[in-house]
Formats: sequence, structure tokens, C-alpha cells
Amino acid sequence: MKTNPAQPKAKPASSKAASSRYILKLYVAGKSPKSINAIANLKKICEENLQGRYELEVIDLYQQPQLAQGEQIIALPTLIRKLPPPLRRIIGDMSDTERVLVGLDIREKA
Amino acid sequence: MTQAKPKPKTKPVPKSKPAPKARPQLPKAPTGIQGLDEITGGGLPKGRPTLVCGGAGCGKTLLAMEFLVRGVTEFDEPGVFMAFEETAKDLTQNVASLGFDLKDLIAHKKIVLDYVYIERSEIEESGEYDLEGLFIRLGSAIDSIGAKRVVLDTVESLFSGLPNPAILRAELRRLFRWLKDKGVTAIITGERGDGMLTRQGLEEYVSDCVIVLDHRVSEQTSSRRLRVVKYRGSTHGTNEYPFLIDADGISVLPVTSLGLQHIASSERISTGIPRLDAMLGGKGYYRGSSVLVSGTAGTGKSSFAALFADAACRRGERVLYFSFEESPSQIIRNMRSIGIDLQTWVKKGLLQIHANRPSIAGLETHLAMKHKMINEFKPQVVILDPLNSFVIGDNEVGVKAMLMRLLDFLKTNQITGLFTNLTPGGGMLEQTEVAISSLIDTWLVLRSIDSGGERNRGLSILKSRGMAHSNQVREFLLTDHGVELRDVYVGASGVLTGSARLTQEAQDRAAQMLRKQEIERQQLELQSKHQALEAQITALRAEFEVQKTASLRITGQEQAQGAQLAQGRLDMGLSRNEDAAAKNPKRGMK
Repeated sequence: MKTNPAQPKAKPASSKAASSRYILKLYVAGKSPKSINAIANLKKICEENLQGRYELEVIDLYQQPQLAQGEQIIALPTLIRKLPPPLRRIIGDMSDTERVLVGLDIREKA
Repeated sequence: MTQAKPKPKTKPVPKSKPAPKARPQLPKAPTGIQGLDEITGGGLPKGRPTLVCGGAGCGKTLLAMEFLVRGVTEFDEPGVFMAFEETAKDLTQNVASLGFDLKDLIAHKKIVLDYVYIERSEIEESGEYDLEGLFIRLGSAIDSIGAKRVVLDTVESLFSGLPNPAILRAELRRLFRWLKDKGVTAIITGERGDGMLTRQGLEEYVSDCVIVLDHRVSEQTSSRRLRVVKYRGSTHGTNEYPFLIDADGISVLPVTSLGLQHIASSERISTGIPRLDAMLGGKGYYRGSSVLVSGTAGTGKSSFAALFADAACRRGERVLYFSFEESPSQIIRNMRSIGIDLQTWVKKGLLQIHANRPSIAGLETHLAMKHKMINEFKPQVVILDPLNSFVIGDNEVGVKAMLMRLLDFLKTNQITGLFTNLTPGGGMLEQTEVAISSLIDTWLVLRSIDSGGERNRGLSILKSRGMAHSNQVREFLLTDHGVELRDVYVGASGVLTGSARLTQEAQDRAAQMLRKQEIERQQLELQSKHQALEAQITALRAEFEVQKTASLRITGQEQAQGAQLAQGRLDMGLSRNEDAAAKNPKRGMK
């Protein structure tokens, strides 16, 4: 699924996002159910919407707790869209696909 | 997608242990904040979270920060400060004014300052989340320096930054249990809410110790109060205690919090009035003592202050004069009328007069201003004229707290403080409005003595710690060359002052004159008697001399006759050729 560039109210970011490369980081806490769900859900969403133009890195904060401060992580799981700008955060287990897409600017808010 | 109950596996949540077992003494973590440890009986509950709540600008962050910094500097307990509202840079700058060098403490790995940035507009929620990130972050910070103390300021900001309050509540409950389990002494701050101590009802979760701060304005002047609402397992002071925020951080009154460690000097300094020096054991006030001059209106309190300032400047000392009722030029003009030239000292830079109304700022601001000026000017003498203008409405307790802090500050710096206090007419003379009399070392009371159709000024020493002092009332006169102290007459008609005293003095002089004349007359009389006796003695002696001469003459004649007789007999013998007598005249004489 891709964003519809023909949509009249499309934001510039959205149209740009349609073609730009996505760098995503997913911070999780070990093997908790929420972590496992988030990884699975996100992978699915990316494959379906951003195939071939995304990089997804999954980081376990239990292994690298010092990253939490620098990345301003409070809630887990947290997905950070590093690119394209602006920086975006999505928290939760990514079970609401629609909101993930909106959060990543892949789809306009209804 | 179905969601499992959010519980991370690898970081199992410890079972909460309310630990209701009876303990003789709850372990406490001293805060190092002046006065707070006295109220709480030793500090905050060790290893447990404490909630500090209050409205905006009441000093929550500052209290939390001081708890942390003093934990490092005084009790060697490193701490983590997690800020949800202010950035690390802002916080560092804000507390630098209190002399806390956060940068240094952070560099020495004694404090970790973590600013949590949450921007609601940047966050999208998709499905369930938890705050494990905060746990990991805090846990890593605590472990990195071995922290014993933690501050979360203000954790309620999460509610505006993150969606789904239900999750947040559950997670916060978990957080506080986790903190307890970590064994860190924590302060959690919270903003005051409607009808609740905090907006999100944090008091439900943090129930070991709750402290409420308050910043209220009455009579256009603000005052800060602190109250320990709850302290599980410990007794605590339940009153509202006023507290100040000044250059040294927070200080909560009770009186006992004052250190009283200052060194007492035995050096004495002149009061500026020689006769008063004499009354105070001949030497004047102690250096570094606090002197109170109280009296009703117009009894000359400011003149006393000015004389003391003048005397200090003459010794080459610096004097800081805080006036709350008169402008500097007014003081200088008025004091010139009693022969004190303060202008000279101002020009020489020995005297600084600061005049402002007490109402220009709150009490702690006043205190901070005075601290600053004293630190800059480094005076040996500080004068506050008058104290009671601070009392506006019902802020007496706050005023007392402020003055106590100021007095303590002056004493530790060996600065002599002279304060004047206006006693309201008809009130008790031996009472100060702000009830600081117990803090005063030397207390002079000036009073109006109203008799014989005039008002005169009387001075007495109510107390003077550590020195012999006169117990007599003196009348003092404001003349064009300063203050003169005179003895008052105490007689059957009471204490005489003013013209009554002058009359009495004139009468005394007249009586003395009479006595003097009488004595002179008696002396003359005695003298003439003496002379007469002397004359008699001379006459007798002359007579004696005459008699003596006569008796000598008779004796002389007698001898002469005897000698002639003997010579006659000898001549006769010779003429008769008496050989034997010629050979031995002695035998011949027999």
C-alpha cells in the first residue's frame, strides 16, 4: 500500500515520503509479549507499505540501556523514524496499523 | 491483535513489600536542608519515595535538588535527578544561584541529571505500551553512579505527554514499588490539583511521606510554608512552618535549626556615647553581638543608631545602614542637627545607607538582598532601622524567621548588628513586635518620661549578656554635639527629669553653697582660736625665758663669790709663807 500522491490535501512531506528512504529504529524491552508483537507487527507493515526502501533496526534496551537517555525513550516499545525528517515517534505494540501508517506519514490522517 | 498483559519478563516486577513489621526506629535519610530534618525527626524515610507537592513556584524543584546536592556533599550519597520539566542546562543555571555547582558534581559522577523530553505532538500511539523505557533509563542512571537518592521532577508531566492515562497510572504505581525495591530514597514532586494534593492523585501511590509546600500572598507580601502531611511510621511536626529560599538554599524554621556555632568575640567597641560605655561595664558593646534599641516614637532610636555608626566610622570600620523609613539624605540632615556628620563617612566610603520600603519585596528577597550587600561591602557594623516596619499583616512568624537568619549570619561573620524597634504607644515597653528579644545580646530601652508638663527621654539597659552593666535609669539629652546622659533624680516625688531635674540641681547647688559658707565660717573661727592659743603659748614661753635668765644670773653670782673667797684664802696663805701649802696646794686647800 502506498500513499496516494493525487490526494489534493496531500502534505509535501507525504508526497516526499512516498519516494524517500525510511530509516526506522524500534526500541524494545527484551522478549516481552509487547516487544515480540511490536517487531512482528512492524515488519509486516513495512513489508506491505515500504518494501525495498526501508531499514529497520531493532534495539533491545536491556542490552544497551545507555541508549535510552540519548534517544529520549520513556515508553516501550518505541518506533523512531530517523529518516525522512521530521523525527517521528510511535509508541505501543504497533497493533493499530492505521495509526502506524499515519505516524510514519505514509498515510494522511483520516 | 490480542495483547498480552504488559509485564516484561526479564525485569520482573518485585512483589510489593509493605513491611508492616514493627521497627523501633524508621531509618531516615537526612536531607541536609536547614530545619526540615528537625521537623521530620531526622529526614525522609530511607529507601522509600516521598511526595513533595505544591502549586507553581513554591519551591518543589529546589527542595528536591537541595536534597540531592546535600546528599552528595554532606552524606556521600550520589543521586539521580530526572527532570520532566526543565532541561539540564536550565536546571544547572537555576540552582547555580544557590551555590550548587551541578556541572562539577556531574563531572565527578556524583549526580546524574537526565532531562526527559516528551512532546505530545511528536508521539503517535499504536497499541499498548508501558514505561519500561523509563525504568531502564532510571535503572541505568542509578547503577552508573551507585545512586542512593532519586528525584523525579515532575513525573506527572507524563500525563500530558503520553496518551492513555490508565496505562500511566498502572506504570507509575509499578515505578514507585520499583523504587522502593531498589532501596533508593526518592522525592517525587507533583503539582497541586483541585481538591487533591496532586493533579493525578499521586498521593495514592506514594504514601510513606507527603510534604506540601505552599506559597501564599497575604497583605501583598508573599510567604512560603511547608507542612508534613503524612509520615508513615514516624512522628513529625504537623504545623505549617515558614521557610525561606535564599542564597544558601532552603531553610525551614524552627529556631533549633540554627547552628549557633559562631565564635563569640570578647573585644569591646564603643557605643559612641562615653557615658553609655561606662554603663556597659566601661567598655561598650561586644563585637559581633546584636544590640536592640527599642522605644516609643520620638525617643531617639535613630540617633542612637547614627551615633554608633559614627563611632564605628571613626575607628575606620565600615558600616552598612539599612533604613526602612527615611531616605539617606533625610538621615544625614537629621543627624547633623545633633552634631553627627554622616556625610563625611559616606564620602570616605565607610558608610553605606540603603533606604527602601520593606514592602518592595518579599521577606526572602530582603534577606537575599541584605546577604548580598553584606557580602559585597563586608561591614563590621550593620544597622537596621527599624525592624518592625517588616511586620505587615500577620507575617510575624516569617519576619522572625528572616531576622533570625540574618542575626545568625551577622554573628557568624562577627558583624555587630544594631537594630531599632518602635514600641507602639501604650504597649509593653519590654516587648518587641517581632518577638526577637530572645536573640538580642544587649537591649537598650528608651522611654518617654512624661511629668511636670514636659516629655523627657529616659534610657535604661534591659539586658546585656556577658557584662556587668548599670541598672540605673539615665536621662539622655539630644544636644547639638551628640547625646548626653545624665543621672536622673529619684526621690520621694519619683524620677525627676528635664526642668524638674534642673530645679533640683539648682536647689542642690544652693544648698551646697550654704554648706560651703558654713564650713568656711567654722574654719575661720577655729583658726582664730588657734591663733589665740598660739599667742598664749608664745607669752608663756617668753616668761619662762625671763625666769630662766634670772636663775642663771643668780647661779653665776654665787659661783663668782665662792671663787673670790677661795682666792682670798690662797692669797692669805701665800702671804703667811705656808710651805706645805705651796708644795701641795690641794692638801693646803683641805
